[in-house]
Amino acid sequence: MAEYLIKNGFVFDPVLGIKGDVVDIAIKDGKIVETTEVKDPKVIDAAGKTVMAGGVDIHAHVAGPKVNVGRNFRPEDKLFTYKPRSGVERMQGGFSVPTTIRTGYNYARMGYTTVMEAAMPPLYARHTHEEIRDTPILDQGAYPVFGNNWFVLEYLKNHEIENTAAYVAWLLRATKGYAVKVVNPGGTEAWGWGLNCENVHDPVPYFDITPAQIVKGLIEANEYLGLPHSMHIHANNLGNPGNYTTTLDTFRLSEGIKPRSKFGRDQVMHHTHVQFHSYGGDSWGNFESKAPEVIDYVNSHDNITIDLGAVTLDETTTMTADGPFEHHLTELNHLKWANTDVELETGSGVVPYVYSPNIKVCAIQWCIGLELALLAKDPMRVFLSTDHPNAGPFTRYPRIMKWLMSEEARRQQIDSFKHRDKVIEATNLAGIDRELDLYEIAQMTRAGPAKALGLSQIYGGLAPGLDADVAVYDFNPSEPYAPDDIEKAFSSAEHLFKTGVQVIRDREIVSNGNKRTLWVNAKVNENPQVMRDVREKFLRYYTVTLNNYEVSGHHYIPNPYVIEVDATQ
Amino acid sequence: METVTLTMKKQPDLYLEADNITPDAFAGKKAEEIADLHVYVGREQHRLGDFFEVSGKAGSTPETTKIVVNGDLSRVKYIGMKMTGGEIVVNGNADMYVGAWMQGGRITVNGNVDAFAGTGMKGGELVINGNAGNYLGAAYRGDWRGMSGGKIIVAGNAGSDIGTFMTGGEITIGGDVDVHVATHAEGGRIVIKGNAKSRLGGQMVEGEIYVFGTIDVMMPGFAYRQDVDIDMDGIKGRFALYEGDLGERHRKRKGQMIYGKIYQRIEA
Ligand SMILES: [Zn+2]
Repeated sequence: MAEYLIKNGFVFDPVLGIKGDVVDIAIKDGKIVETTEVKDPKVIDAAGKTVMAGGVDIHAHVAGPKVNVGRNFRPEDKLFTYKPRSGVERMQGGFSVPTTIRTGYNYARMGYTTVMEAAMPPLYARHTHEEIRDTPILDQGAYPVFGNNWFVLEYLKNHEIENTAAYVAWLLRATKGYAVKVVNPGGTEAWGWGLNCENVHDPVPYFDITPAQIVKGLIEANEYLGLPHSMHIHANNLGNPGNYTTTLDTFRLSEGIKPRSKFGRDQVMHHTHVQFHSYGGDSWGNFESKAPEVIDYVNSHDNITIDLGAVTLDETTTMTADGPFEHHLTELNHLKWANTDVELETGSGVVPYVYSPNIKVCAIQWCIGLELALLAKDPMRVFLSTDHPNAGPFTRYPRIMKWLMSEEARRQQIDSFKHRDKVIEATNLAGIDRELDLYEIAQMTRAGPAKALGLSQIYGGLAPGLDADVAVYDFNPSEPYAPDDIEKAFSSAEHLFKTGVQVIRDREIVSNGNKRTLWVNAKVNENPQVMRDVREKFLRYYTVTLNNYEVSGHHYIPNPYVIEVDATQ
Repeated sequence: METVTLTMKKQPDLYLEADNITPDAFAGKKAEEIADLHVYVGREQHRLGDFFEVSGKAGSTPETTKIVVNGDLSRVKYIGMKMTGGEIVVNGNADMYVGAWMQGGRITVNGNVDAFAGTGMKGGELVINGNAGNYLGAAYRGDWRGMSGGKIIVAGNAGSDIGTFMTGGEITIGGDVDVHVATHAEGGRIVIKGNAKSRLGGQMVEGEIYVFGTIDVMMPGFAYRQDVDIDMDGIKGRFALYEGDLGERHRKRKGQMIYGKIYQRIEA
């Protein structure tokens, strides 16, 4: 493999603690190495430019059946967006639900190299992996959903942690999954009865269990196994005025639990898209931000990490395994709705949504997402996301960076809101003058998420030994710049290396890379009861046999990266 | 007003995607520059001049530019797409998407047009002196934002699914129409001088449909209210008024429920 030396760039790297110093970065055999180790490198002149590790996205919906439903039922999302094949780039299209090809290229253009698919219905894991396979450049993993799974509900009703853990390990292997995802615990299952679980103590019909028991039990099972990532949750009551109390109740379920993982993470709960869970008021009329209350809790509890789910004020496509929420949303906006019930496992819904700056609620949501980031004390535990495509397309990350880095940019946006004064009254953003620096951005987009995923041994920094995922941006932090310069520079990396391969050169995609699929192989002691339960449920209830369920073989995962976990002790 | 004349000299092997045939794209250009504008055949890019003889020159703005297109245009798509002003006269039959997403100006087609004419139209006037195909003045596939303004006038018949998701503007059909009229409309007016078949106003929230002739099957979601006398904009006579679609949500305005309205003429 070619050796590279990225010379004279302003480097921002939380792993090495470099805050904009001019440092050379060397690449050899797919890894970052000491500069003395490269003999005849190709030199990349990064003078006057910003150098960071490749971005890591901890939560996005980029592959799988509901993403594809979004593509299928939104042809208008692709209107006038198609780009024919050119060079190594294949044909691509779509805006909020782009094709797999465009997903890979557009993340790469922003300097991102690792992206996690945040909700994989186990039954459709094969489809999810086929889409991941077809997404160029990026390393990816997928989180199977567990929070409404019949096995989990039955085991946790009796607090059978060992059985839950054995089932989790089996399902991660069967689906080639990466982490334990929970979406509206119990609520999606309750919806099968036309009900929902709006707080952590609402009983799930038939199963006689509460969301609190599910969440706590899955955290315990996750730590029993010592998985790389923590339990990853989208809590109950998403999107409703006054839901911040449910969010705080959910956070509290992690109290007193310590991480038991060899992978370097400090949290036992990752709560995703917290913007959607930080709402005050009791109606859309008196809807207001409770971001300070929510982030205060996160600031003072270091066993929790979160991502933002920041609203970008775009027309987008919402999609979630929170089936009841999507039904609620289509009743609100009267736009089209698709939904699915996934047998014993989960459900989902898809609804288009327009976050209009002329609508008060949308503008307040926009403020809340940014408040969470700007009030965060530890950027290593608060990550940039839009819950793509739910609060906005991932291609807006550079715009969010602009808003976080520039009070002027925020003020311009606030001043342009139709209901400016009411929005200011219902939020805190106008009174926040903090401007994040590039080091903090690197924490929120690289080092932080990599650590929370238990992947800091390969991603998130520029220390020798880490994978050579390196982005060079045409941005000179030592010179004056306008807010829009930030967005422009971070939308289009000048150079990008993925595991040592140059995939972008002079802003052009020059390689489809050598993408890998990450999954976690957790070894547990033999558990005849769980295996008997699995066989029986497949015989009695599933529409497919076990043989048609498991994701295996080259077809689905041509280039696996397996993280081995031993939980047999 | 300056005039540019395009005369078809060669038929494409497949279909020609000619969204550059607009006063907006032509404005400020001479004949040679216009001939250099691109068109697509499948995924291949060609010059407009490869298929058309170009003569005359454009005005300095779209508003001062008139385009006359002559020949068999039944394989030419997107004439007048997104145009904001000026005028296009099409002498011949045209393919799909004539005047789609049009915002202003005027298109006259002396012939028939295929499907999707006036898709998502916002303003201007589209006059078709022959017949129109399906999806006239409808929303783009999947979109909930159909025709919102402007005027479409068809001298002959129109196909199915006209005015789908219409929110404003006006469509007048001189002859008959096929099934599905104003599906899910939330505004606008459709006037059918001839006969209609079935499924008029399905999921209609708001808006008006006038039918001068017969209706094969009235939607069960429409209820007869009363007979009314009407005399406005060329719509004259006694009409039976139906309101619906009762299966759909409806908003209130000044305490009154707003429904989609179908008027069927009883006598002239
Ligand atoms: Zn999500």
